[in-house]
Amino acid sequence: MENGESKSYSIRKIKDKVFLGAMLTCAVLAVIPLLSLLTYVFWRGFSSLTFNFFIHLPTPVGEPGGGMANAIGGTFMIVGLAALISLPIGLMGGLWLAEWGKGKRGFIIRYAVDVMSGFPTIVFGIFAYVLLVLTMKRFSALAGGFALALVMLPYITKTTEEMVKLVPRTLKESALALGIPEWKVTVFVVLRTAWSGIFTGIMLAVARAAGETAPLLFTAFTNSYWNFRPDQPTASMTVQIFNYAISPFEEWNRMAWGGSLVLVIIILSVTLLVRKFSKRVYYA
Amino acid sequence: MPKNKIVIKNLNAWFGDKLAVKNISMIIEENKVTAIIGPSGCGKSTFIRCLNRMHETVPNAAARGDVLLDGENIYDDKADPVQIRRAVGMVFQKATPFPTMSIYDNVAAGIRLNGRRDKDFLDEIVEKSLKQAALWEETKDCLDKPGISLSGGQQQRLCIARALAVSPAVLLLDEPCSALDPISTGKIEELIHELKKDLTIVIVTHNMQQAARVADFTGFFLLGDLIEFDVTSKIFTAPVDKRTEDYVTGRFG
Repeated sequence: MENGESKSYSIRKIKDKVFLGAMLTCAVLAVIPLLSLLTYVFWRGFSSLTFNFFIHLPTPVGEPGGGMANAIGGTFMIVGLAALISLPIGLMGGLWLAEWGKGKRGFIIRYAVDVMSGFPTIVFGIFAYVLLVLTMKRFSALAGGFALALVMLPYITKTTEEMVKLVPRTLKESALALGIPEWKVTVFVVLRTAWSGIFTGIMLAVARAAGETAPLLFTAFTNSYWNFRPDQPTASMTVQIFNYAISPFEEWNRMAWGGSLVLVIIILSVTLLVRKFSKRVYYA
Repeated sequence: MPKNKIVIKNLNAWFGDKLAVKNISMIIEENKVTAIIGPSGCGKSTFIRCLNRMHETVPNAAARGDVLLDGENIYDDKADPVQIRRAVGMVFQKATPFPTMSIYDNVAAGIRLNGRRDKDFLDEIVEKSLKQAALWEETKDCLDKPGISLSGGQQQRLCIARALAVSPAVLLLDEPCSALDPISTGKIEELIHELKKDLTIVIVTHNMQQAARVADFTGFFLLGDLIEFDVTSKIFTAPVDKRTEDYVTGRFG
């Protein structure tokens, strides 16, 4: 009897070890793609990163010293436009969903936001193409910004809603009990308490939008020169990388790696900075 | 001749279609402490939340009846809940300092968000309110520290200071000590004694000894009904109703 018991115990211990080992292996497997990708991008991209890369315009094939300055600037401009469009709508919408979205209307909007966050982003590009490019008869940073705004919108709405919902109701009641009008309570107490979390969400949405290519291909298009006008075709890092990468010229391919590295660094640093600086708010 | 601060007539309160407070009439005297006791879920919190129109901020909640504050009906169509809440402040069971704000900003919040921003005036009010809440000595050197860095008992006194800063005439305390240790509880009870010189206090409590210690009048609630309301000593020594007697002697609840 005793013998049988200790035997089943040791079998259990072995099973435990095996499963623990299997899970650890899977966890390692999951980060291998990220690590190998980062290493490879660094290895290939690092050599093409020169000072010129950041300050010069692209040059034709065969002419050395070209850079992606206009594409870097263009990405900032397009993403900036996207933020300008999506932030007010996403913030207000999320706030509404959290505070007043309990009924049927809230359910429908929340459902739409969920569907939208899983949408293929190229569809947003087509939508912006039909709505803005065809009517304005030209590619433009505005159309690109609009398409990216649609990418960002569900993220911002969702995080705002979730972060605002985390604010305890008692906090809101305490503010109301001081005789503060409800809209002020919502903005200066509820939104302010939720802000650090919302900000994290906004930055992650920005990082995500900055890495999108598909919605920009036929909206912002590309441009070989500097452009600061929102109604003109504008270069972006992702589209430029795409163009360089599919070209048959080796030096353009090298530029594509350099661009990828810069983009990865920008997005990684946004993500890491947000992690580091987003303070957690503790509710007493 | 004591003055009636709040006169409540036929007050009913609902959550959806559940009647939580049933046809309550009672009088709350000025500069007195009135305690509301009763078992959990008897409607005592709901009842005091009707006294500054907080009850209706809960979805699907409604209240009907007359609550006269200095003779003015706060349930009048023209009455503004925001104004009423300035006159009738409230402190909740759980201390709720605004987590993004310093001690100073917490106390100043009510005045600042109502539009007054001059520094001298705010400094004065913050000091006065913290002194009234017996928190000044402990916090005067760290007013810019976050409100949530204080201990639980201090946080609750901070919430009292915050409520006092908008100079209400009535203060509603909804089980203010239920999360506190006996020492902090003692401090708050002392505070209640001090505060009733300047304002009228209604306190909901689970703790019958607390009611006996702080209150001039006590009302006993059961299942939404006001069973008995009288001078505190009468409720605890010679209650008229059998149910009150059973409750205060610990036979149920």
